[in-house]
Amino acid sequence: MPRFLLSRVTSGLGVLLLVCLFTYLVFFALSPDPAVQICGKNCTPELIDQIRGNLGLDQPFWTQFVQFVVGIFAGRTYGEGVSAVDCAAPCLGYSFQSSQAVWDMIVQRLPVSATVAVGAAVLWLLAGLAGGLLSAVKEGTFADRFITGLTLTSMSIPNYVLALVLQYVLVVKLQWLPFPQAVPFADDPVQWFLNFVMPWMVLAIGYAAAYTRLTRANVLDVLRENYVRTAFAKGLPPSLVWRRHALRPALTPVVTIFGMDFAGLLGGALITETVFGINGVGKMAADSIARNDQPVIMGVTLLAGFLVVVGNIVVDVVYTTIDPRVRVNA
Amino acid sequence: MTSFPTDLTTAQPVEAGTDDTPEAPAAAAAGALRSGAGGTWQALRHDVGAMLGLGYIVLVTLVAILAPVLTSISGWTPYEFDQTAIDPNLGGMPIGPWGGVSAEHWFGVEPGSGRDIFARIVYGARVSMSIALSATLLTTVLGVSLGLMAGYFGGRVDLVISRVMDFLMAFPALIFMIAVLSALPAGNRSALLVVVISVFGWPYLARIVRGQTMSLAQREFVEAARAAGASGTRIVFREILPNLRSTIIVMSTLAVPGYIGTEAGLSFLGVGVVPPAPSWGQMISASVKWYAVDPAYFVVPGVCLFLLVLSFTVLGDRLRAVVDAQEGR
Repeated sequence: MPRFLLSRVTSGLGVLLLVCLFTYLVFFALSPDPAVQICGKNCTPELIDQIRGNLGLDQPFWTQFVQFVVGIFAGRTYGEGVSAVDCAAPCLGYSFQSSQAVWDMIVQRLPVSATVAVGAAVLWLLAGLAGGLLSAVKEGTFADRFITGLTLTSMSIPNYVLALVLQYVLVVKLQWLPFPQAVPFADDPVQWFLNFVMPWMVLAIGYAAAYTRLTRANVLDVLRENYVRTAFAKGLPPSLVWRRHALRPALTPVVTIFGMDFAGLLGGALITETVFGINGVGKMAADSIARNDQPVIMGVTLLAGFLVVVGNIVVDVVYTTIDPRVRVNA
Repeated sequence: MTSFPTDLTTAQPVEAGTDDTPEAPAAAAAGALRSGAGGTWQALRHDVGAMLGLGYIVLVTLVAILAPVLTSISGWTPYEFDQTAIDPNLGGMPIGPWGGVSAEHWFGVEPGSGRDIFARIVYGARVSMSIALSATLLTTVLGVSLGLMAGYFGGRVDLVISRVMDFLMAFPALIFMIAVLSALPAGNRSALLVVVISVFGWPYLARIVRGQTMSLAQREFVEAARAAGASGTRIVFREILPNLRSTIIVMSTLAVPGYIGTEAGLSFLGVGVVPPAPSWGQMISASVKWYAVDPAYFVVPGVCLFLLVLSFTVLGDRLRAVVDAQEGR
């Protein structure tokens, strides 16, 4: 087990380093002049020179890259003297536009993104598992065909279109929900909940459809197993067989996918957050694109890469505890 | 499973789940030997959903090809401003019901600018279709050739290709695509979009092609060809590739909606097609500010986009079901 974990962590670190290198290469080698880009609007030649000096852009690529990687672990200081800026330990870069370390900006917004992700995950897991199980045990019936049609439709509707439709119908026309506005949970839990209902639904629907299909396919496979026939034969009530004997083994592949999907979302649901104006990591990334604030975009890319890699490792570990066969193969 | 791990849900290919099991490629490959294109078409022809989807795809394709003709009939180009169709006293709201629908402007006009929505939809169809289809073509070429190489030659070639695939699939693709597109100059965004989408898209096809090639390479007919002195290239392209036809068609069809959604999503986020060139995603993005007062503005491109993605999804799904049935699974 420790050896298995070690190999996973090593390969995960390798992937992360590559993600880092790739992103860095794109930003600081391919883009025309990073200093000008970072400088953005209201730019003066002095400001460009200052940024160039601060970032050490006069140095060769590898030196800059090593500095960046070292900065992630040890922190770094941009510039010298009075204009020096400190960037503490997990230094993912420094946004000169907002005069803030990228890591601090991310940490501020991470709880909001996590709230969106967790709520959506609860919704899509419930809907996906229930829908998939129902669809599988009623294979070929009207219910099955209806659910299948619904999943295809849900998969095809773009997030932002659904968001606009929901906002128009539920908020403007029917007025069932208030206009979304940022309210902390402690101030007004009800308002807080109502604000997140639409984002959760919009984010969850595509995943719910995918998970329904996955669960359906897996449960159908399991239902053909001998032990399921035995369970039916010994007279267990069908609902019990479906839940205990069919759903449980079908859950393992779902766990795998879920780990990756959820980890990816923790790093911000770009489109959903943008459409609903939720101030999370995703919206921050989208705003940074508009402002060309490249250190932030790069920081978020790295964070997302990190979360996906960690998610994969966690899934692998959880997998080995659920399913002993994997341990042998590894 | 998720092709781009993000909230861009349309970017997810439809997966039945069972395709990831190790025996699936073998079964699929075996079935591919028996199934013919004629039988597939016969089975699909009687499927209402698949035919409706195909009909809409053909319609959008025709509209895209005939865009200049259509706009010369309707009388407005996508870039013309029509100040008479909007009401300056209401902040530029379109005059008339349903976002300014009239004999003059068939789908209404954009609030604020008065540009003809029909013309923009028609030209936007060109963007959506050409980018999605080019990306699919490029992905298929990359995925099939690299998958074949990895599967047939094995060894070090396989190791390198598989590692690259693992890396690309573990990559936060959407965020990275946005990062790349925002960093690079906005010169030819359409071509850039195609390349960026394809670079992250091919591993999903290559993985499956690789698996099937590995099992096909063990079959008697490949051995016979090798014994007859056929070269490696000949075996790969003449013996193995034809047997992958149905898999490639199904996978490519299922990939198209993802790419349409990705293009629209990237344009929605402002890193896709550069304005004023119309794109459906970008139209929806522009409508966000107006959704409460002029819902028709987001409904028209939204419905067009939704139906196109749905059509490809349903068609691909049915195609897969038919091919699977022929394989006797």
